[in-house]
Amino acid sequence: MRLKLVRDNTSIDFFAKARIWLGISLVLMVVALGSFLIQGLNYGIDFQGGTSIRTQSEIVVDVGAYRASLVPLELGDVSITEVFDPSFEADQNVAMVRIQAQAGEESVTNETITAVQDALRGVSPNITFPSVESVGPKVSGELIQTAFIAVALAVVAILLYIWMRFEWQFAVGAVLALTHDVALTIGIFSELQIKFDLAIIAALLTIVGYSINDTVIVFDRVRENLRKYKKLPLKDVLNKSINETLSRTLMTSVTTMLALLALFVLGGDVIRGFVFAMMWGVLIGTYSSIFVASAVLLVLGVKRDWSKPDNTAGNQFSNVDA
Amino acid sequence: MLNISPIKQAMIWLTVAVGLFLAMPNGFYNKVEAHNDAVALGVDDTTWPSFLPSGLVNLGLDLRGGAHLLAEVQVADVYATVMNGLWPQVRDVLAAERNTIGFVTREDGPEDTLRVRISNVQAGDQAVSLVRGLARPVASLAGAGQNNIDVSRDGAILTISLSAAEKQAVDDRTMAQSLEIIRRRIDEAGTREPTIQRQGTQRILVQVPGVGSAQEVKDRIGKTALLTFHPVVSRTSDPDASPGAGNQLVPSIDEPGAYYIVERSPVVTGENLVDSQPAFDQNGRPAVSFRFNPTGGRKFGVYTSENSGSLFAIVLDGEIISAPRINEPILGGSGIITGRFTVEETTNLAILLRAGSLPAELIFLEERTVGPELGQDSIDAGKIACLVAGLLVLVYMALSYGLFGVFANIALLINVGMLFGLLSMIGATLTLPGIAGIVLTIGMAVDANVIVFERIREELRTAKGPARAIELGYEKALSSIIDANITTFITATILFVMGSGPVRGFAITLGLGIITSVFTAIFVTRALIVMWFARKRPKTIEV
Repeated sequence: MRLKLVRDNTSIDFFAKARIWLGISLVLMVVALGSFLIQGLNYGIDFQGGTSIRTQSEIVVDVGAYRASLVPLELGDVSITEVFDPSFEADQNVAMVRIQAQAGEESVTNETITAVQDALRGVSPNITFPSVESVGPKVSGELIQTAFIAVALAVVAILLYIWMRFEWQFAVGAVLALTHDVALTIGIFSELQIKFDLAIIAALLTIVGYSINDTVIVFDRVRENLRKYKKLPLKDVLNKSINETLSRTLMTSVTTMLALLALFVLGGDVIRGFVFAMMWGVLIGTYSSIFVASAVLLVLGVKRDWSKPDNTAGNQFSNVDA
Repeated sequence: MLNISPIKQAMIWLTVAVGLFLAMPNGFYNKVEAHNDAVALGVDDTTWPSFLPSGLVNLGLDLRGGAHLLAEVQVADVYATVMNGLWPQVRDVLAAERNTIGFVTREDGPEDTLRVRISNVQAGDQAVSLVRGLARPVASLAGAGQNNIDVSRDGAILTISLSAAEKQAVDDRTMAQSLEIIRRRIDEAGTREPTIQRQGTQRILVQVPGVGSAQEVKDRIGKTALLTFHPVVSRTSDPDASPGAGNQLVPSIDEPGAYYIVERSPVVTGENLVDSQPAFDQNGRPAVSFRFNPTGGRKFGVYTSENSGSLFAIVLDGEIISAPRINEPILGGSGIITGRFTVEETTNLAILLRAGSLPAELIFLEERTVGPELGQDSIDAGKIACLVAGLLVLVYMALSYGLFGVFANIALLINVGMLFGLLSMIGATLTLPGIAGIVLTIGMAVDANVIVFERIREELRTAKGPARAIELGYEKALSSIIDANITTFITATILFVMGSGPVRGFAITLGLGIITSVFTAIFVTRALIVMWFARKRPKTIEV
């Protein structure tokens, strides 16, 4: 007896409600963009500059007392958050203290850090500082620029590769799906105000990689079926291809999800945001390869017959129903 | 039909064996690490057999704990120093023609230029050509054929500035000097494998594992080097020798095991040294030239005249870099140090001699400290997560594909082993996101197998017989597997090129993970299936 996620020979019509799915994706992207524009991302010090101090003490964290002890130092914007994790011991109380970049300084001076640490010791005598990180505004500006270039480069490189291996319609479909995934990931980070730092960019690129992986598998089958069933309408070819690869798509998503879930629960709080981004990415990456990439392909149409000269050259939309 | 040639089989299993063999030292991490440290110190250590590989996956700062600093060298500081050094020469050359040029005064101006007023405007062109006479060709390959200073005149004011080529050459020297000084300051504390790298045109990245805070590293770098020249009393090999009143015992780094007893008060100090360059003596052997300022030159001249034939010691931070013999009085304030040097050594020594203290201010752009406990917590959490993730995937695969799932699971375990082997071989650094990369690899590695198995299932439905179905499954799945993995590999490459630190660690594990997972899926699982099939010859199979 085998564990099977999908029956053999499924024939689900994925495009019966293609408009609705594309509509939902569009609405979600607008919401994501709106959230990004209105409340913005909760940038970590990598992108904003400033200092982040991790504290650990045996006494329960009193955020109010911590904050009060730092007020006399006049450090500007200070944010204090308590960190919870199932892997912590009972007497392990962790908090993150974040201080904005100080005017006229690159990385925060030792005096500032010592002053903060002394103030916190006043509240909680046995407090320790497992990590102290400080990034100057100059570097953070460069980091954010590099990050954007990296994501853009990845998308362009993939566009070129898919274009080379398939037809341009596939490339457009794949890249729209990627843009959709990146937009929704940024959207959820903005909506939930999860810390957005350098590691999240790595996660973003991994999502791009994963999502394209999924899309390519479906497209590969589409290409094969296009040659095999020359007379079948494109919509049916797409449906058939997605159905045939459905079992694999779900299987891989589940194994990846299982691995990520283990990391999410047990991997510690330091990389939880990173893992969360990837889990979200696997989810929407799987969705988008079917409902965005393939739907775009359906709308754009594909050149079917390579043996005859292309009569419809210049009008790529004329053979949608071919 | 369904078979793989014995040679190909042998190659596959050999590759697997080599990969696992290379990964093996990581199973004995502490032991091998202690062994490697001992070997690095030149100790003959036998706790780990020398015929076994000893490459380990390095742990990044976020796992081992330590400090990471990014400093920007204020290279422009040095221009001012160069200009201040040039002023006496300009004044002297103009003062010699006082009758026509008149009085010469230095005006205030930007620090990296020299503004000079002459009282007799009519002689301006003559003054400009006199100052131009001081120009020297730039001492660098890129700036060959260009002069080191530009001179211009606006009425009675002469403006002297460094040429672009000279600025470039000065910047390069400043960076080389700063790197060398930082390296010495960090190395002398004997911490394990510090990374000190130039980044871009004027930045230096410093990573020191195992220190408690970035501030400690900053203190160490900021310490001023002390260069002194002492008369030598005697030479000894006894580290406990009593130096006597007014003297001190100093170890030599030039001759290991040797000690010199030198007079405590130096003849001259590094403050009097203005320049030092690699050079050659009259016999063409590598040597180091040095030049003192007038005060230092006078003191040195007097001392060398009175002590010709005896030794003097060049001491840097309490260690003797060289103890040459005074062959003749050195009166001009400059001289050369000869010894058993190679050209490379003279270059380093010249840098060290110039490197009395950091040539330019460092501004720290980025500082990160991770405590060792936090790093250990991350490693522990990562280990557990890896185990659980692996177990979940293994069970799930076995439930889904039965025997074939077990084959895929064996391949998965081999895959993780080989990934560690590759990481150890290239000496890659494992970071916390890198661990996430491994977990992700575990999840995604089965993908290639899943693609193949699903394909075999499909082929079985069209009833071609098991052997043919397996063969077709592999054949038809290949293009999908290649396309899917190349695209992921592209993103990993971009991450590696654009990323830094932990992110780069993630890119490495992800990229290598793709390579090993494609290898194990296409070759290892297939070899397992072929071997099983050849033995059992089943009439029907269930995937």
